Amino acid sequence: MVNMMIDGKKVSAPKGTMLLESIRGAGIAVPTLCAHEAISRSGACRLCVVEIKKGNRTRIVTSCLYGVEEGLIVDTKSERVLNVRRLVMELLLARCPESDVLQKMARDMGVEPQPRYAVDTDKGKCILCRSCVRVCEEVVGVSAIGLFSRGSYKEVGTPYNEKSDVCIGCGACVYVCPTGHIEMISTGDKRKIWGRTFKMQACSKCGKFFAPVDQLKFISKKTGTSMEELSVCTECR
Amino acid sequence: MTKPISVAAKTRQIVKKHGGGKSAMIAVLQDIQEAFNYLPKEALKTAAKAMNVPMSRVYEAATFYTAFSLKPRGKHIVKICKGTACHVRGAAILQDRFETTLGIKPGQTTADGNFSLETVNCVGACALGPVVVINADYHGQVTINKVDKIIKKINEEGAQS
Repeated sequence: MVNMMIDGKKVSAPKGTMLLESIRGAGIAVPTLCAHEAISRSGACRLCVVEIKKGNRTRIVTSCLYGVEEGLIVDTKSERVLNVRRLVMELLLARCPESDVLQKMARDMGVEPQPRYAVDTDKGKCILCRSCVRVCEEVVGVSAIGLFSRGSYKEVGTPYNEKSDVCIGCGACVYVCPTGHIEMISTGDKRKIWGRTFKMQACSKCGKFFAPVDQLKFISKKTGTSMEELSVCTECR
Repeated sequence: MTKPISVAAKTRQIVKKHGGGKSAMIAVLQDIQEAFNYLPKEALKTAAKAMNVPMSRVYEAATFYTAFSLKPRGKHIVKICKGTACHVRGAAILQDRFETTLGIKPGQTTADGNFSLETVNCVGACALGPVVVINADYHGQVTINKVDKIIKKINEEGAQS
């Protein structure tokens, strides 16, 4: 265990854990977009910044990626922290003006769209946090999507923007996306995602369409469970 | 020339040389580009499978580095340096000249497949500026007159061989 001071409170945390958990554990709110319990951390959204003090020096770090340290003095609401956070929010807002999640966050933080930033109109709601790419690789295990090109051209998608032959239509990327950029339309026996239409499996008991056939096939292959068993939805099982 | 070899077979050969896995990816992509002058889709898909790396990771790397081209390129690749020193010494005028003479913009290839035009940020030969690199040859202190001479010379060499 290591001992720290967070906003004047004494906090101890197990070694190897991240600052964000300790801060939230102490009941202090920190805004985040890209930190998700299901995937590894990347520090992409930059909203979780805090100020740390070691000896005489202070530094701004992303709390989601900063490991806890003995004797650390953390300030989550200093003027410097709030300034950085506001700037990050202004930039995110300029990139994705149509995102309702960002708009609400900005309102809560008292941030308004800044006329000095040219507003992007072609980026959708994507903040390039890579959460969807990581969930597809780490949790689903198919790596159907990626972030392609670089700089201002960088965008999320499937290789060559083609229908992916490895995607199983599970929708984990949609679930994990903090801003709702990825579009998935489920209508009856069909689900459309990443430009591909998947056939949905109807539950053999209640008849409800509950998962793409390709996803069930993938699970069946990976776990050895028979397709018959998987054709029953989770509610009927 | 040895007998023609399919894109997939050549790619597998390249991957075999470097060994599979993620760490060899850049080297593999460089060799594929050297073999075909660009990165064909078929080669990337074959390489991804042979290296046991997801296609999305391969495509990420291929689109990230400007040194890789996903479009077929010409026999001769003209790179105009647009670094600060070359810019000050008139790279823009040179680019204009290349564009009008070859009839293409940067990133494009002539219809006969002879020339591709590209702009690069700095080739590290600022004292020679403005610099134009054609294939592996560096041309320093290039003027508008020199542009025509260089293109003429390459065309003549091409006609001979």
